[in-house]
Amino acid sequence: MAAVHGDAHDHGHDDHHPSGIMRWITTTNHKDIGTMYLWFSFTMFMVGGILAMGIRAELYQPGIQILEPELFNQFTTLHGLIMVFGAIMPAFVGFANWQVPMMIGAPDMAFARMNNWSFWLLPVAASLLVVSFFVPGGAAAGGWTFYPPLSVQGGLGVDMMIFAVHILGASSIMGSINIITTILNMRAPGMTLMKMPLFVWTWLITAYLLVLVMPVLAGVVTMLLTDRHFGTSFFNAAGGGDPVLFQHIFWFFGHPEVYIMILPAFGIVSEIIPTFSRKPLFGYSSMVYATASIAILSCFVWAHHMFTAGMPTVGQLFFMYATMLIAVPTGVKVFNWTATMWRGSMTFETPMLFSIGFIFLFVIGGLSGVICAIVPIDIQVQDTYYVIAHFHYVLVSGALFALFAGVYYWIPKWTGRMYNETLGKWHFWLSMFFFNLTFFVQHFLGLAGMPRRVPDYALQFADFNKISSLGAFGFGLTQLLFLYIVINCIRSGEKSTQMPWEGATTLEWTHLPAKAPYHSFETPPVVK
Amino acid sequence: MSSKSVATLAGVSALALYSSMSTAAGEQSKYNLPEPQSVIAHEIYDMHIWLMWICVVIFVGVFGVMFYSILKHRKSLGYKAANFHHSTSVEIVWTVIPCIILIVMAYPATKTVISMKDTSSPDMTIKATGYQWMWGYDYLTGEGEGISFFSRLSTPRAQIENKEPKGENYLLEVDNRVVVPVGKKVRVIITANDVIHAWWVPALGIKQDAIPGFIRDTWFTVDTPGVYRGQCAELCGKDHGFMPIVVEALEEDDYAEWVAAQLGASEAAAEQAEADAEKEFTMEELNTKGEQVYAAHCAACHQPNGQGIPGAFSALDGSELVNGPVAEHIDIVINGKANTAMTPFRHLSDVDLAAVVTYERNAWSNDTGDVVQPSDINEYRN
Repeated sequence: MAAVHGDAHDHGHDDHHPSGIMRWITTTNHKDIGTMYLWFSFTMFMVGGILAMGIRAELYQPGIQILEPELFNQFTTLHGLIMVFGAIMPAFVGFANWQVPMMIGAPDMAFARMNNWSFWLLPVAASLLVVSFFVPGGAAAGGWTFYPPLSVQGGLGVDMMIFAVHILGASSIMGSINIITTILNMRAPGMTLMKMPLFVWTWLITAYLLVLVMPVLAGVVTMLLTDRHFGTSFFNAAGGGDPVLFQHIFWFFGHPEVYIMILPAFGIVSEIIPTFSRKPLFGYSSMVYATASIAILSCFVWAHHMFTAGMPTVGQLFFMYATMLIAVPTGVKVFNWTATMWRGSMTFETPMLFSIGFIFLFVIGGLSGVICAIVPIDIQVQDTYYVIAHFHYVLVSGALFALFAGVYYWIPKWTGRMYNETLGKWHFWLSMFFFNLTFFVQHFLGLAGMPRRVPDYALQFADFNKISSLGAFGFGLTQLLFLYIVINCIRSGEKSTQMPWEGATTLEWTHLPAKAPYHSFETPPVVK
Repeated sequence: MSSKSVATLAGVSALALYSSMSTAAGEQSKYNLPEPQSVIAHEIYDMHIWLMWICVVIFVGVFGVMFYSILKHRKSLGYKAANFHHSTSVEIVWTVIPCIILIVMAYPATKTVISMKDTSSPDMTIKATGYQWMWGYDYLTGEGEGISFFSRLSTPRAQIENKEPKGENYLLEVDNRVVVPVGKKVRVIITANDVIHAWWVPALGIKQDAIPGFIRDTWFTVDTPGVYRGQCAELCGKDHGFMPIVVEALEEDDYAEWVAAQLGASEAAAEQAEADAEKEFTMEELNTKGEQVYAAHCAACHQPNGQGIPGAFSALDGSELVNGPVAEHIDIVINGKANTAMTPFRHLSDVDLAAVVTYERNAWSNDTGDVVQPSDINEYRN
């Protein structure tokens, strides 16, 4: 222990790197790259958020006011793509970059140069998506799922989207290979797989899922591209193809993708709950097995997105049962978190609040997920606002809340400074209030029959849409508070200590000084 | 605890959901699925209420424990942390119980899925075809066989653009309703002409994607006469939000009357069409008719003023193609243009196509002076 501390103090002298912009362009340091991933994803979160504000502004009242239908469709499409591929996924990779090496006692990621390349592909892809709004015909307007034949009809914007997806896929695959290699090969002596922090476990499993499904996505967008330009007919019935084939391939990627966005969130929450309960995580090994089961099951449920596309009875039943089964390992996780809190000695700083908020709202999303899994009910709610509410409960109050929790939890280690606790709590309670205002009422809209992806709606949906829009504006503004809190913390936060959280037990807290040095764990710690 | 008030809110909402079960027939609940009007819709409605209650119980159970812990086991109360971290027996119990609950949920759902899928021995069959952006209906078998029409949104443009007050059935009204008799098993076979659409009538408990080049089917039997409204449920482009579905269920006698009227009208129309196919129209006649056809089928993309939407939909006013050889113009209208939003319009009659082509060639600043007759279209088709 003492030896490691000594090591940490020696750091200053080999902390050489170019300064200014070249530092960021040429860096191979996992902390620099992690920081860039996080800022990039926050920027994209703002872009996607502006699109969401546009959507909610148009839906504030019936009639067409500010977005013509075609532009509205571009907004919904790009909102989905940017939030999924630009905001949520890169944010988790940013966390992996910062945290995985520090939590397993490794000096850096396994492939440091590839790490740089994985990141710098992202701004290219993001620019393609954003610029596509300004090309003739505008951005892709066929939904983030870009089903053909509709997406075959689109213009240049669709091609730019396809290219962007290719690039994002390449970036994700490289990032995942890097994470897998780092975790499997660079753990400190004594850190066996079953001693790894749960965040590392969830990312290991997520990375395998990514390597499994991103090539499938790349394949399907390539098929779409050749259908559009090179005369193939994969998805065109007139040429012997089948539009539904696209949906099968897309969702074979798309459903595991959902878990790619939630498993690392489980990991973050599983670090935070024990810390603030001052009690070890309940059922560590069952958490690992539950994560693995969710990942495996997630590859066998894709067609539950397609119950209305038409499939044999046996097919519908198989996918219904498989989907329902996911509730079991997910339930195990929720019970484990509850048992971790049970008879702990809890305090409720911002990371803990966001984690509890995560569990509370994620369970609502999980229960509506079970309801959506029931084929006959899904027939009614598929492609309605019920589904919108369902997946925003798992992606916003799920993935996003966990990301916020993680930022508040680790920012003292990243910057050596504390954030403003009072403002952090405001951020949580405002997010909680406005999130529910926005999305809870959408359950009712969906049940009462409002389809999704429409720029205008019948009069009986007016009240709830107004409430939902007001909530969305509030939620959007609240996130500017988060930006302020983070900048304020970096610039002038109080100095943090090595262990700002009493109950933390992972290596970055126990072995590294208040601000993690530029190069950490050049000599690996020994884990007993 | 504010989180507790959120839980209360959820409970109240669930109660609201439950109480909305008792709304008067036909009145649309704002919180729940519409009042069911078919066997399947009834089963779905009841299943949803029942599952909601299971979910509420689970939710209250789990968070009851968690919030008790949050209230009592806090450092500020001086509570000392225990140190337990696993218990195999507890973990087995909370794996097995959810499995049992899921089986209880899956059993009724399975029965309903099987009956939903049973489209055998219908009393009548209707084909619904999705177009960008309207529905086409053909009564294929049973009483009413031979009836065929398009069904388009009838809400005036001015209401959508906020220039007029919105009517009661804003966006949920059509020019021609699908009329069916009550108590008869109606099989709907569903397909599309261009992109994927979905035929959805919530009160009847059916939603089925309409897939171009493929046929899917579903069925319903309406319990009581009435008008049941739905919408396209799969994103199909610009006017996805503007292609509603309206089913009107009539008593058998009324239905027979409707069928007689429709068949009479369509017989007359068929005779007229036969006569028209041979007839030589004047340019004025074709232009008048063409303007109507254009408004119904073309104006959504190419716009009433023929300017299109730059980048997305081509302008016809001053277009090289429209002012070029007639044959190429007819070809693109009948066959569409691959990989673009210009879909084939060969389902329109010779007269309609002749009229619209003539209109396009002579409207706005286009002044070719060409007159295309139905016989030209017929010749082109063959």
